[in-house]
Amino acid sequence: MAAAVVIEHLKKKYGATEAVKDISFHVEKGEIFGLLGPNGAGKSTTIRCLCTLAKPDEGKIEVCGVSVRDRPKEARKYFGYVAQEVALDKMLTGRELLKLQAALYHLPSALARQRIEQLLNLLGLQDYGDQKTGTYSGGLRRRLDLASGLLHQPQLLVLDEPTVGLDIESRFVMWDFLRQLREAGTTVLITSHYLEEIDALADRLAIIDRGLVLAEGSPSQLKDQVGGDRVTLRIREFTPPQEAQQAKQQLQTLPFVEEVIINEAQGHSLNLVVQRDCNPLTQIEQNLQSIGLPTFSLAQSRPSLDDVYLAATGRTLMDAELAAAGTRDIKKEQKQAMKS
Amino acid sequence: MSQSILPNSSNSLAPNPALAEMTTGENELANFVQETLALTQRLFIQLQRRPSTLMAGVIQPLMWLILFGALFYKAPQGLFGFDVNYGQFLAPGIIVFTAFSGALNAGLPVMFDREFGFLNRLLVAPLTTRYSIVAASTLYIIALAFIQTGVIVGASALLGAGLPGIGGLIAIATIVFLIVLGVTALSLGLAFALPGHIELIAVIFVTNLPLLFASTALAPLSFMANWLKWVASFNPLTYAIEPIRYLYFNSDWGLNSVVMTAPWGEMNFAVVLTVLVLFDGVVLALIQPLLRRRFA
Repeated sequence: MAAAVVIEHLKKKYGATEAVKDISFHVEKGEIFGLLGPNGAGKSTTIRCLCTLAKPDEGKIEVCGVSVRDRPKEARKYFGYVAQEVALDKMLTGRELLKLQAALYHLPSALARQRIEQLLNLLGLQDYGDQKTGTYSGGLRRRLDLASGLLHQPQLLVLDEPTVGLDIESRFVMWDFLRQLREAGTTVLITSHYLEEIDALADRLAIIDRGLVLAEGSPSQLKDQVGGDRVTLRIREFTPPQEAQQAKQQLQTLPFVEEVIINEAQGHSLNLVVQRDCNPLTQIEQNLQSIGLPTFSLAQSRPSLDDVYLAATGRTLMDAELAAAGTRDIKKEQKQAMKS
Repeated sequence: MSQSILPNSSNSLAPNPALAEMTTGENELANFVQETLALTQRLFIQLQRRPSTLMAGVIQPLMWLILFGALFYKAPQGLFGFDVNYGQFLAPGIIVFTAFSGALNAGLPVMFDREFGFLNRLLVAPLTTRYSIVAASTLYIIALAFIQTGVIVGASALLGAGLPGIGGLIAIATIVFLIVLGVTALSLGLAFALPGHIELIAVIFVTNLPLLFASTALAPLSFMANWLKWVASFNPLTYAIEPIRYLYFNSDWGLNSVVMTAPWGEMNFAVVLTVLVLFDGVVLALIQPLLRRRFA
């Protein structure tokens, strides 16, 4: 049985910007697959290429065994697409929009009516079906978009940042719904820059940064791969750099410490990788005392997805977000996306 | 067959590969009709809930008719060629100009769909052909143009311009259809080629009135400076206006009636119609590569 999605060595440039440098991953049937990365990492461009909205420069893309580049029309039948920015026609009612969508997928009218009612009920939209979508809240719009992506019962549902801008409760409803979809056998491909979202939902994920895939696997696999437990240490609330250096040199001599990184973005706190199942905290504290340094805070944890991200990209997701936010020209990107 | 594709109500979230196979159907034409009608219906629902465009589109030509008619009210009878007053002379020009303006704006909704991302919804769907988007807009604009034309023909009749017979009305409808088809296609092509709605509106603005003044809508060829006479004789609008004007003032007409006198000679009804058909053909051919680039 063909994989739900095969992407191999995808490349895509917008002008001089290499949005996607070299991206490969497989999505197996029946799983939830997450693309994790900061804004501007190339996730949306990858999705646009997959969904036939942008032409890749190079690479192979298949949906359910159908080549998107050679047979785009056929491939479009196999996936439903829920876009990042929900575009609804605000003059139409929810029901009218779904009816239009059903016709675009050539559903016979009896089946279309049945599917529309089913999905309105499933997504709790039955009271809103006859209201204009212009009156919908963000959560309702997202649900209607989800319904329109599922009308034709696709094997694959592609969601680009589906919970951006949603309140916590709507986000949980969305997660629950995507899990139900998976239980029913639908493959789900989701992009997100929320670690917890991917951690909670994805059976497998790929970490994308600067147009490249840096790691691929299940969340637990990836966490195991990055090794031992994490210890976060703050000597003071804002530690002077030379003190952080001093502490680093001291702690590196300890036998159970594998790695020490000074996190400049977090007031020169120290991130340590230590062997699993040792009890490092007391020893670390004593060691610091011995060279005359205090301890502001000290905590141990299993590796998180953020640690996986940090190990793969050399920066935390939040730092990457901040860096990207400064350099991106959203207007320009929108224009380019419109052109392609 | 139809039973097997109905989703099991207990599990309506499950994928149904059979559906994809089924809608692959051999009946491409039925699919094309289905998607085109659905897209056209969307435009009409918008019109019904937001009728201001249509109202403006009807009121504006009526104002033209009344104001321009009054402007030249005392011009000597027969000055404009036929033995008629200026109001009567003007009506065919306003009919064609109105249809032309509507068609020139056809690209705007598509441009806004592009900018708001609604077009993506259509582009990820397995449309039989993406020309159904073009077809839907064209159907919609032609319907609007017919409504506007009907109102102007009626109003002109009340203002004393007379009313062509049934055959004449059918001929007018055909001519309006031909000019609207070509201009709509042109505008839709621009909606896909230009970067945004500001540019499209600029093009519409720059094209609209000059094409009106460089046609025979407001004055006959014989009034014009020589160079303008030549320009107007290449303007597609002239080829729509002149035959309609002829229909208005001659109850007996045929394909070999001479309806237009260009600087290079006389042209009969058949020739003028052929020119309009050629105009449509050339425009459709011109926009093909534009649409294909977007619609790969």
